[in-house]
Amino acid sequence: MGVPSTTASAVSTASAGAVSATLPAHLADAVRDDAALRRFLHGLPGVDQVGLEQRAAGLATRSIKKAAKLWAIDTAIRMVDLTTLEGADTPGKVRSLCAKARRPDPERPDVPRVAAVCVYPDLVEVAVAELAGTGVGVASVATAFPSGRSSRAVKLADTRLAVEAGASEVDMVIDRGAFLSGRYGEVFEEIVAVREACGEAHLKVILETGELATYDNVRRASWLALLAGADFIKTSTGKVSPAATLPVTHLMLGAVRDWHAQTGEARGVKPAGGIRTTKDAVRYLVAVHEVAGPRWLDPHLFRFGASSLLNDLLMQRRTQLDGHYSGPDYVTVD
Amino acid sequence: MTSNDVWEYAPAPESREIANLKPSYRMFVDGEFVDGAGEPLKSINPATEEVLAEVSTAAPSDVDRAVQAARRAYDEVWGRMPGRERAKYLFRVARLIQERGRELAVLETLDNGKPIKESRDVDVPTAAAHFFHHAGWADKLAHAGYGPDPRPIGVAGQVIPWNFPLLMAAWKIAPALACGNTVVLKPAETTPLTALVLGEILQQAELPPGVVNIVPGAGDVGARLVRHEGIDKVAFTGSTEVGKEIQRAVAGTGRRLTLELGGKAANVVFDDAPLDQAVEGIVNGIFFNQGHVCCAGSRLLVQESIAEELLDRLRQRVATLRLGDPLDKNTDVGAINSRAQLEKIRELADAGDAEGAQRWTSPCPVPEKGFFFAPTVFSNVHQAMRIAREEIFGPVLSVLTFRTPDEAVAKANNTPYGLSAGIWTEKGSRILWMAQRMRAGVVWANTFNRFDPTAPFGGYQESGFGREGGRAGLAAYLATGDEGTGN
Repeated sequence: MGVPSTTASAVSTASAGAVSATLPAHLADAVRDDAALRRFLHGLPGVDQVGLEQRAAGLATRSIKKAAKLWAIDTAIRMVDLTTLEGADTPGKVRSLCAKARRPDPERPDVPRVAAVCVYPDLVEVAVAELAGTGVGVASVATAFPSGRSSRAVKLADTRLAVEAGASEVDMVIDRGAFLSGRYGEVFEEIVAVREACGEAHLKVILETGELATYDNVRRASWLALLAGADFIKTSTGKVSPAATLPVTHLMLGAVRDWHAQTGEARGVKPAGGIRTTKDAVRYLVAVHEVAGPRWLDPHLFRFGASSLLNDLLMQRRTQLDGHYSGPDYVTVD
Repeated sequence: MTSNDVWEYAPAPESREIANLKPSYRMFVDGEFVDGAGEPLKSINPATEEVLAEVSTAAPSDVDRAVQAARRAYDEVWGRMPGRERAKYLFRVARLIQERGRELAVLETLDNGKPIKESRDVDVPTAAAHFFHHAGWADKLAHAGYGPDPRPIGVAGQVIPWNFPLLMAAWKIAPALACGNTVVLKPAETTPLTALVLGEILQQAELPPGVVNIVPGAGDVGARLVRHEGIDKVAFTGSTEVGKEIQRAVAGTGRRLTLELGGKAANVVFDDAPLDQAVEGIVNGIFFNQGHVCCAGSRLLVQESIAEELLDRLRQRVATLRLGDPLDKNTDVGAINSRAQLEKIRELADAGDAEGAQRWTSPCPVPEKGFFFAPTVFSNVHQAMRIAREEIFGPVLSVLTFRTPDEAVAKANNTPYGLSAGIWTEKGSRILWMAQRMRAGVVWANTFNRFDPTAPFGGYQESGFGREGGRAGLAAYLATGDEGTGN
């Protein structure tokens, strides 16, 4: 580790077979070595902060009513990765969350199921047992979540632990320290290695945008993760403030849109942390619709990492259907 | 529903009841709403072509009466009132505009055709901001840099256009009043309603009678007003053609004049620009308010090396603009203000075809009724074409390319106009280099169409002279040094 030639060669060997074989020539070139990767990332068009935030705020004024709102609520429910990532998590807590995931609103069997339950690796087994045959995925955070501060070996072992326990999705964190000090090759290589350790499981790459601080960094990290084979790029761990924001999500949606334009592949986006209300969720869906495109209004390509959002969606769903608000005592608290 | 269904936004119309629309409106003279002796005009909703209201117009005798009322108010009350007292009225007007903001926004949208989200989020708040800003100046004029004792000029005759009816009224009235002048204002023929509601607000604010008089009518009323012996100052916003006529009429009379006229602004995008935000800025520059903006970024100058990529992104983005019912909160592009304007836009766009430019039109659905024109982008445009030289005043963008910064400056300045310009680059030094060389009153860097009462606005050459807003804007309404006060 740390010897420049090792990093450079690791980039080329690890990526060449797994990733760049399918990439268009200019993107395959970008991951040829450390220097090429840096040139590519620094050659991406800049992001103007004022303009991005203005656009995000403008789009947030869309007024979504009636059938369009009900559709948005059901779509948002289907996109929720119902999450519990606490030191105090227990098998009991995970089981009750899984029950919620299977039947979000027990009195309304027509409410769709959520996309997945998201837990720490040691609780994956419990969730897998609870959710077998339901179609609800089990996502596990890994790679020394949330800080990512450990050795490569530990991170890979963490990933394997989750996958072997049956996780269908892995949410990894990037090494922000390496990224911020410009060691892009290292970050890239680590994502590729985790990608391999995932096997069949889908890989979501958490950028932790709150620590990357600038929009230029978020755009570079998004492309870096996409180049390394991320199925999803995810904003945050939820442990750092600010977590997901609308402008950051706009930017990442733009990255997957551009990726699709250049490669024909559709990759996903997952904002996580701080999205608590239906109103927020609808604003995100409008951004998905108008920035990435209607195709991304699909749980395969867009997720919400959230815990309290689901109950607000359920309450608003009832309000839409019943014509009046019922209150938090009419949804289950898990 | 499956996820493959298209997500149609349900209509989210603002209620037209909020506009408190009345069957008829009358002119506002000497603190009262009175019938004018002119032929009444009918104001229509350009989105539906239905008649909204009948508006009485001013005959020559009414213009005389309004000017006399303004003179009397100037001599007896407003001209001698201390600035701190005038400020109280202006603050009150600003707050009342905010209080009646929703009503004004819906009425503006009905009368003008602009989307409710623009009248709600731009026109009305900015109108209030102009009153707030100038209220703050009223008692500080002696410290504004125009000498120790700047005085008002007298009676101002003001003629405003139809693209921002309420905002232009605020833009004209607020500085005039702050500086101690009185006003006779003529709103545009097709959009008189919000200015007359502003008259109600002035009444509510208990502004002394005659300080502001509002005389609706067509061009003849404006012509009478700007030639009137009883006024000391003319302020006009509108077409260059009419501006020239006014300048000829005012020449030699000693009346002071400011003109804010047309434009054909260049929006210059360099290859190192923040592309996504540049696309947003281009869209905002030309499709904001259906392109009915004198400072619209109607000429896109893009560096050749990124032209293709930028145009692809631009077309993709423009295709997402939602055209339709201006009252729907999700509408991005509303109706063209009048049939005459729609025809002018069509004529110029056809000239673009005829001269060999390549037309691309947004595939958005266009309502069958009302005056609508789908967002249009012409590429392969050259300086010699009419669509590169003439102001279209509609949602039509002309795209030209350049290779070097010098060429960009040369092309940007190659116009008889000079109101505004935009520069898109991540390089700060280039922004300053360009801004020094562009002949335009306003140069925006990495943004476009941002308005603020603290920033002076105005043009070069055929875009007019004089500034509105900011400290510089006060100069147009103050007599300094040896200048006469019109008394």
